[in-house]
Parts: sequence; structure tokens; C-alpha cells
Amino acid sequence: MAQVSIAVNGKVRRADVEPRLLLVHFLREQLRLTGTHVGCDTSQCGACTVLIDGRSAKSCTLFAVQADGSEITTIEGLARDGELHPLQQGFWEEHGLQCGYCTPGMIMAAVTLLNDTPKPTEQQIREGIAGNFCRCTGYQHIVNAIQHAAGKR
Amino acid sequence: MTTTPILPKLVGQRVKRREDPRLIQGRATYVDDVTLPGMQHLFFKRSDIAHGRIRRIDASAAQAMEGVEAVFTGAEIAELLGPMPIGTPYSSPAHRAVAVDVVRYVGDPVAVVVARDRYVARDAADAIVVDYEPLPAVVDPELAMKGQPTVIHPEFPNNLAVALVPSGTGVDAAGKVDDSAIDKAFAAAEVVISQRMVNQRLAPCAIEPRGVVAHYELGKGSMTIWSSTQNPHILRTFIAALNGLGQDQVRAIAPEVGGGFGSKINIYAEDYVASAISKRLGVPVKWIEDRSEAFVATTHGRDILGYVDLAAKRDGTVLGLKLRLIADVGAYNMLLTAAIPTLTLLMANATYRIPAVRATLTEVFTNKTPTDAYRGAGRPEATYFVERAMDMLAQELKMDPADVRRRNFIQPHEFPFTTQTGAVYDSGDYEKALNTALEAAGWDRLKAERDAARAQGRLVGLGLSMYVEVCGLGPSSSLPTGGWEHGQVTIERDGRISATTGASPHGQGNETTFAQMLADQFGVPIEHVTIHHGDTAVVKQGVGTFGSRSQAVGGTALHMAGGKVKTKMARFAAALLEAHEADLVFENGRIAVKGAPASAKSFAEVAAFAYVPVPLPEGLEPGLSEEAFFEPANNTYPFGCHISMIEIDRDTGEPTLLKLVAVDDAGNLINPLIVEGQIHGGLAQGIGQALVEEVVYGEDGQLLTGSFMDYALPRATDFPRFELHGCVTPTPVNPLGAKGVGEAGTLGSTPCVVAAAVDALSGFGVRHIDLMLRPEKLWRIIHGGQA
Ligand code: FES
Ligand code: FES
Repeated sequence: MAQVSIAVNGKVRRADVEPRLLLVHFLREQLRLTGTHVGCDTSQCGACTVLIDGRSAKSCTLFAVQADGSEITTIEGLARDGELHPLQQGFWEEHGLQCGYCTPGMIMAAVTLLNDTPKPTEQQIREGIAGNFCRCTGYQHIVNAIQHAAGKR
Repeated sequence: MTTTPILPKLVGQRVKRREDPRLIQGRATYVDDVTLPGMQHLFFKRSDIAHGRIRRIDASAAQAMEGVEAVFTGAEIAELLGPMPIGTPYSSPAHRAVAVDVVRYVGDPVAVVVARDRYVARDAADAIVVDYEPLPAVVDPELAMKGQPTVIHPEFPNNLAVALVPSGTGVDAAGKVDDSAIDKAFAAAEVVISQRMVNQRLAPCAIEPRGVVAHYELGKGSMTIWSSTQNPHILRTFIAALNGLGQDQVRAIAPEVGGGFGSKINIYAEDYVASAISKRLGVPVKWIEDRSEAFVATTHGRDILGYVDLAAKRDGTVLGLKLRLIADVGAYNMLLTAAIPTLTLLMANATYRIPAVRATLTEVFTNKTPTDAYRGAGRPEATYFVERAMDMLAQELKMDPADVRRRNFIQPHEFPFTTQTGAVYDSGDYEKALNTALEAAGWDRLKAERDAARAQGRLVGLGLSMYVEVCGLGPSSSLPTGGWEHGQVTIERDGRISATTGASPHGQGNETTFAQMLADQFGVPIEHVTIHHGDTAVVKQGVGTFGSRSQAVGGTALHMAGGKVKTKMARFAAALLEAHEADLVFENGRIAVKGAPASAKSFAEVAAFAYVPVPLPEGLEPGLSEEAFFEPANNTYPFGCHISMIEIDRDTGEPTLLKLVAVDDAGNLINPLIVEGQIHGGLAQGIGQALVEEVVYGEDGQLLTGSFMDYALPRATDFPRFELHGCVTPTPVNPLGAKGVGEAGTLGSTPCVVAAAVDALSGFGVRHIDLMLRPEKLWRIIHGGQA
């Protein structure tokens, strides 16, 4: 067992974890933050995307111990004071989701996309979410959702 | 009394989804989010060879591991569970949830570990040693049909799962075949197009893998099972049957379900095993599929080989069609496996007035993961075979692909139209769909653009495809599960509306569309309506969500139940208002007397009276809750036209989709925003089939595309912005006039993209390119190798 101290959604969590425990399982099973999903075992789908120290990362691709000392934001921590984040609002307004399984990861990936490129072109959006699979939407409404959020900034 | 503004009608509006707030905030509960005290985790040890006899299983090391509760082999599971049932009328080999003596595909389960957590369970499974005697793998369906290299199930000679189903002109109800009409058609032909075509195997790839939590409560003698399923009621039926329980003793819950696309209709080995182990051990158990596991353990789709012959006159008039289908169904029959390719037979007539059709189907076992429904399920295959043949005819006759189709359409006045293969098309206007698409795409302008690009040496092509599909499944005569759907509508004591539907969604947005309908029906704000689904303890009966049936069948059942409640409510209101029922109007959340708006009662007031009826109006029972089963008299037949433009890189063979225009006629629409989303998703899967997706097996039956590293799922960068246009031809089959739209996008998109690629490479003498359009294949055509 190894000790980790990770600030998740603004609250410092200390825990004993198996060194091999994936960060995504730490979040989902130890902290019960189940909004972060698992869609693959090869770092391809992006359903597990969270923010680590402000940048999006695939939480299935890190061990919890590697995140020791970092600050993590999950989908549960994105809305502030009951106000949806502009991306959450965008996904709702533009029907950017169907089954919703890819959505938390898609939104967390888009956070970094818009941080880096506040006014992205459609092509930049498509490239920015190319690390995230969605099987339901054909991506078009996701693009619209991100444009919606970008327009609000 | 002040009058409140009339509520806007919601049906037909782009209403934002009511499901979304929980989904965008990470507050939804999918099956992997369900945790119960004392829960154990399952991991399946699976065969890593395609075909072999199990000589010995040594689980002793696994059993001895700390945290391992139990290990069950196939023989031990067989003591708990009988063979898995199927849902089609075809005969089927006995299929054990966990293989007992022979493994028949890579991924066939051989043992299952029960352990404290998923990590330990997996470690233990790795510690199980299985000794196999390898048998030859049956991989090629055309060899398999000759019994080569071996026979997988001895009771099915030559691996024929379904020997030969004939259909079409001259085939009577008993299956007797008279060839005279089809022979005459081909004898009269001035041109015959013949082509072998592959509609390749695909992996459904819902982004949420499958999962199950089963909890048998020893004290109550009853089971609760959470499963990522499209149809909890069917799951309940089968789980009860195999566990020796009554259906009243099993509660099945489909929590939030992360996509299905047909792959979550089947009731799987893991559902049965989880339930049986929970019953045996008296503890809750959970199993969650890994993605790589999903590629072998979740049913695949398509995989139909078609030999297509099309007879025509030189003016483009089609005289006859022969379609010989060979479906590679993998190692076993699953719930609907055998029935899926029969839908290809059924739709062989496509949108055309083909005077003679002969379609035959053979289904073949191979040592592969079994197939079952995948979005479109049998109809995209039919569309693909016929539309590709129409393109080849157009190419042969040097006609515009639109013109050759136009010459053969079933005409609007001919509906209902009985096809040669026995489908009764409800309504349609195919020429209108074609014209709408041609105009929206700017067909002539695109042709000029293409020609200009070609003049610069670029490889640009255009493709077009019509489609008609069978949806709104379906009368009970066509569906062994029952073809109805159930709905219940309750006006609660506070006047709010609760409704339940058996159409259990997994992304379709039924909580929104059904609420739109009921809000309009009762004249109340949508916020006053809640739709419940996905729990057999809450939803009395149901069939489920597949075959684009939610709205057409499930929506209609709710509409009918709503009508019954409304009638009863009017009688209570009439008593309260001392008016005649016929004079009442439901609007703005109130029931008012027509022409006397001041004389009105709120829903809460009428409900309070209905639940405490003093005095009880004569002939009425207390309460406001009614249910309805809707059994459609026929399927619905949505249709449309898809057009694409593609460019192929001369140096790399890489295809780029430049344009995709889709015209889809799904009848009346409840929520165009949701409909667009459904079409986009379908297009993405249809284009994925054309451009990047293919399940590939090696000659030894090893799955070569066993993870997202090797199976290409389309990404956002693979698509241009889709251009959607609609036309509306309502169906007479249900009172909503809605046909269903869930699968539409997959129908026309695949053939139209292939057509565009063939067009782009027409300068190299190409007539047809088999799916999928791998760059290497295209490069070889460009650079002189064979396709
Ligand atoms: S779960 Fe698929 S990338 Fe992390
Ligand atoms: S909404 Fe279902 S996978 Fe994206």
C-alpha cells in the first residue's frame, strides 16, 4: 500500500492505495466519484478524462500514486455554485449527448481545448476531441456544443 | 380570474432533453456505478483459441489466492444453469453459458472467478491453467458450408445454422419454389449485372461496455438484476426461467445505459452466470466488461456475403433481382441471431418496383463471436447489395445513378405496396426524397465540381443511395418477444403526471419526447410530467428499445394510455364542474368549460376529487391511472436518400469524405433536435462501416481487431459537417404518424460512400470495391494492383 494525497474537486483526499490502482478506479471506487467513466483498456476512448493540475488527462492511463500531490477536477467539480460550466450548458443546449457515457470525458477534454484555443475553428474542435470517442452523436452536436461554449466566453 | 397564456405545443419542437442535467454533471447511475454491501466481483477466464476440446482445467492456484471467494468451471455452472435460450424459431445448438467440453470461439468463457475486487478476480483468472486439444478453426463461411475444415456442431451438418430460406417471387408460404417468373425476367434481360459483395463484420462498440450486478436475496427468495440492457423485461423473462424463478420473483433494472446499437438486446452468458452465482452464494456480484473483452464477448453485426444478379433493359428498367445471401453467424445462435439476416431477405425489393425477386439465405456457423443485431440489423445489408447493383447498372448503361433509380421507383399511389418478398410498405414518396436530396446537395453543381477536380488530376467521386427500412417492430406475428409496447399514465394526487414505458432507452431521449407528447395531450407544462422506465418493478410490462420502435410503438402505447386517463379525468371534472364531458377543454394545466374559462378546475383539484371521490360519480372507479398495450398492425417503412462526395489521395489511397447530404423521411417528428442527433449517429456508423471499421479474423480464428488499437472507431476528424434535410410522409400504422429514425442513418450512408469511391476511381476501370475502403485497397487500384 502507498499513501497518496490528492486534491479532488477542491478537497484534499488522503488514502492508502495499492500501487497498481488506476487513478480512474481510485476516483470511481474509493471516492465514489462515478461521473468519470471507463470505456476502454488501451487509452483510446477518453471516457475517463479529468483535469490534472488544470489540464485534461486520461485517468485510466495513470496510477493513483502518480497523481500524488496533484489537483484533480472531475466532471462533478466543474459546475460552480450551482451554475453549470459553459461547456455543460453548451452540451445541454446543443444536444451534445445521447447516452451520456462519453460526455464527462468529452467535456473535460473540451475544457483544455478551449483554454488553449478560446475561439477554435470547427477543424480545431474536431482535432481537439479526436482523443475521445462518441458512438452516439456522430460528433456534430458535440462540435456545436463546444462552439456554443466558446461563443459564450 | 386572470387567464394564463396558452401553453405552446411541444410536439414538433426542438425541446432540450430532460435527461441531460444528470448526465452532464456526472450524476447518472450506470451499472458500474451500482455498489452493494458485500458485493463480489466476477472475472471470466476465456478461451484464447478458436476451437478446441478442453482437456483439463486447473483452478487450484486461483482458488488459493487471498480474496478469491470461488471459481466455477463450465461443468459447475452447468449444474446451476441450463443451456441459454434463444428468441427465434430456428433450431439451435445447446449453448452453455460457460463452455463445458469444447470451446468454439476466441472469448468463449471456460471458467469464472468470484473475488473481492476486480483486480484480484483478474489475477486469479490469469492463474487458471486450461489445457486444450486444438481443433481446426472454421473461419471462411463458404468453406464452412462444405463442412470444411471441420464441423463445429455435429448436429448441424456442413455448419448450416439455417440451411436455405428462399423468398420472393414464386415462393409460396410453405417454401415451395417456382422459378418460372425469375427465369423469364433474366431471359428477357438486355443487361445483367453480377457481383459478389461483402458486407463485413462490425463491432457495435457502445462506449459503455456491458455490465451486470445481480443480487439474490436469500431471505426473500427474489432476485434483483441491474444490467446494461435495451430490454429489461425480456431480460427478466429469461433470467427467471434459467434460475428456476417466477417472473414475479425477478426485478430487472436497466439503469442509465451507455448506448446499445442492438448489442444490448441479447441476454448474455454473463447475465445468466452473475444471477446464478449470486443465487448460489447468496451475495451480490458484479461483472463489468473490459473493452478488449467486449470485442470477443459482445455480439458482432453484419457479416453477410451477397451474390447479386440484376436483370434490366437497356433503358434502365429493372426486370429481376437474384440475391443469394450467406450469413456468417459465428459460433452460436444468440437471442436474435438467426432472425437478423432474414430482414435482409425481407428488404430485398428496396425502393423499386422489381417484377421478379429471388432471394435466398443460408446461415453458417464459424469459430467466431456470434452475430446479432447491430444498428440497422439486416436492412443496411439489403440496401447495400441492391444499391450497389443499381450503381453498377447505371455505370454499365452510362446513366446518371439518380435516373436509373427514378425509372424504377414504387410510385406514391401504389402504397400500401406488397413487395415480392412479402413486406407491405406502409407509405412512401421515394422520388420526392431523391429530388429533395439532389436539390439540397446541388447534384449537377457537384458533378461539375467533381469534373473540374478531375481535370486537375484529383480523384473525386460522387455517390448516391436510396433506402427503405423496416421499423417500428412490429406486430407480434413478426417478433417472438411480442411486437407490442406497454404504457401507463397516472395523474398523481397532486395533479402531476407519471408515466411508465416499456421502451427502455439508452440514449434515445424518451424521457423528453414522451413527456412532450403527454404535455400536449393533457395541456400541461412539460415540467409536470415524469417518464419512468427501465425497472420491471415500476414498469409493469414492456418489450424494449430496438428496431427504431420507441416512438412508433412505445410512444403510441403511452398516447393510448393517456387518452384513457383523459377520458376518465373528464368525467370526474364534469361532475365537479356540473358540466358535460364533451364541453370540457384541457389547457394550461386546467380543465375548463368551453366558452366559460372562469369555470375551471386545476389538475390538482380534479385529482384530489378522483382519489377521494365523495360522492363517487356513478359508473366510475376511484383513481386516475390507465394502461395500454399497443400492437401495431404493421411495421413502418421509413425511407430516404443519402449523397456523398469523396476524395481519394492518389499517393496514399486515403479517402476523405468531403460531403454527406441526407434526406430522411421518418414520418411525423416529435422532437427534430433529437431526430437530427439520431441521424447523425447513424450516419457516423454507416460511414464508419464504409471507411474504417472491420472485424478481422486470422486463418486460425484469432481475432486480429481485438481492441481500439486495431479496430478503428470513427473520430470527430473523420467526418465533414453532415447536411440534413427532411420530408414527411406520415405512416397510417399508428395514430402519431411516426415511423422511427434510430437506424436510418446507417442505411444509405454506407453504399453512397462506396459509390463515391468507385466513381472517384472509375478512371481505373473499377466497378465495385468491397467494404471497407482501406487506403491500401484503394492505393492498389490506383497503382495497378488488384482491388
Ligand atoms: S478509459 Fe478509454 S481512454 Fe481511459
Ligand atoms: S453520447 Fe453515447 S457515446 Fe457519446
